[in-house]
Amino acid sequence: MYAQMIKTAGTGVKSREEMTEQERAFQDKIDADIKIEPKDWMPDDYRATLIRQIGQHAHSEIVGQLPEGNWITRAPTLERKAILLAKVQDEAGHGLYLYCAAETLGVSRDELTEMLLDGRMKYSSIFNYPTLNWADIGAVGWLVDGAAIMNQVPLQRTSYGPYSRAMIRICKEESFHQRQGYDAIRKMAEGTPEQRKMAQDALNRFWYPALMMFGPSDKDSVHSAQSMAWKIKINTNDELRQKFVDQTVPQAEYLGLTIPDPDLKWNEERGHYDFTQPDWSEFFDVIKGNGPCNTDRLAARNKAWDDGRWVRDGLLEHARKKRARKVAAE
Amino acid sequence: MTRDEAFLQFLLRMGDNTLILGHRVSEWCGHAPVLEEDIALANTALDLIGQTQMWLGLAGEVQGEGKSADDLAFLRDAWDFRNVLLVEVPNGDFGRTLMRQFLFDAWHSIMLGRLMKSSDDRVAAIAEKASKEVAYHLERSSDTVVGLGDGTEESHRRMQEALDYLWPYVGEMFASDEVDAEMAAAGIAPDPASLREEYDALVQRVLTEATLTIPDSRFAHKGGRDGRMHTEHLGHLLTQMQWLQRAYPGATW
Repeated sequence: MYAQMIKTAGTGVKSREEMTEQERAFQDKIDADIKIEPKDWMPDDYRATLIRQIGQHAHSEIVGQLPEGNWITRAPTLERKAILLAKVQDEAGHGLYLYCAAETLGVSRDELTEMLLDGRMKYSSIFNYPTLNWADIGAVGWLVDGAAIMNQVPLQRTSYGPYSRAMIRICKEESFHQRQGYDAIRKMAEGTPEQRKMAQDALNRFWYPALMMFGPSDKDSVHSAQSMAWKIKINTNDELRQKFVDQTVPQAEYLGLTIPDPDLKWNEERGHYDFTQPDWSEFFDVIKGNGPCNTDRLAARNKAWDDGRWVRDGLLEHARKKRARKVAAE
Repeated sequence: MTRDEAFLQFLLRMGDNTLILGHRVSEWCGHAPVLEEDIALANTALDLIGQTQMWLGLAGEVQGEGKSADDLAFLRDAWDFRNVLLVEVPNGDFGRTLMRQFLFDAWHSIMLGRLMKSSDDRVAAIAEKASKEVAYHLERSSDTVVGLGDGTEESHRRMQEALDYLWPYVGEMFASDEVDAEMAAAGIAPDPASLREEYDALVQRVLTEATLTIPDSRFAHKGGRDGRMHTEHLGHLLTQMQWLQRAYPGATW
């Protein structure tokens, strides 16, 4: 889940009586699973919320290149290096689709980028954690992409057409990412004692941050209720987190790795695992900018943007000259 | 030098060029000036690493000591690397990275074109596959060199500086020695010197369009493709690239 803590614009779900005629027609389309397209009328709050959500998701894809890029130059085999390069390339591509989807709502990619760089917009908390050993690359694919898929699969049915279509493309690639991550960590778990130690260390550090990706409980949130009524949020955070835990525990068992939660156990009655909530005060610290890597991540993105200005300016100027020459020749 | 010894050296030269350049390009991941460039750089690096797997895979086969492409990539020391110096110099700014890419791509595309007619079917097959990828690399690096050379004053200045810095590394790609003589005699690979005319014409055309001036010197740094004297940079690159394999010998990943 690459969009978390998205503040839904507006004051909550309106009753049909409170809605204007336009709003009622809009809600009827959503209820009938008819996609909203860029030229269709939409409430300002729907538009604003979607820009925040899609923008944050796009930023997450971009910043998410950094923790994985951290290991590309140290990948242990040519094949692992190629797989990781392909994955990071996909992520940049996902960023591109999502920025394009956001642009259909009337905000430019440059505007969104500026908001990321000066801290007005966020990216997923998970990318503020460091990748410290090679098994972390496996853990990122297995747990982080695994958690992202939980959210993104239902979002393929989201009400906004361009977002839904971006999600359909993204989900195809994400499931490959998750499989390669699981395969990479499986190799480690089945490997030498040092490799097993790396795999366990990665799981220890990424487990709770992965659970945090779904965001704090929002079952009583009026904002979430509005986003759900608009079908830009499909499940509650707790539902997705539970689904993720239920899926991941048997996978960890298969690997012979221990999830760092002594209270984790199967609850026969509920048909789900009971588990310990992450430390939400840590989560809010990370969101506020105090995660282990916030400063470095944002500095890296700002440096790339600032160092690249002459390149963007140069290419734009060249395009302008070419147009001018073409006009002069005509 | 036997034919197989020469063949091995030739394959290491091809594979080490793509390995080291692929590594350098991959260092950009997440730091490019614009998202499309991040994607394109990762894509280029990915192609080069894929080509490395093929060249070094064949090198291991020809060597006949049971070594895999990974063994050759991760367990040789700097003096055994056979890449040209051009590909190991640090990335510098984006302009230098793309100028280096262009200067290499131009050579690479001509070389692969000749290798598609190699008397060795395996070499011809690798060249055939790689040449499709490299045609795209060359198109993209040419366009970028032209765009930035003929862009703003600053971008022009930076591209000229990149060209001035890199030009002394170009000549090594066309140096010939006994390995090349053996390969040419066997019809496996062309004499590198025979590529120069076509290269100069291509590079001149693109750089003229980019409003850049080729330095008036044919001086060439050498020592990479025969392993006699690499730059200081290669050791650092290998330290990073080979670290896991060296720190945990015998592990499978």
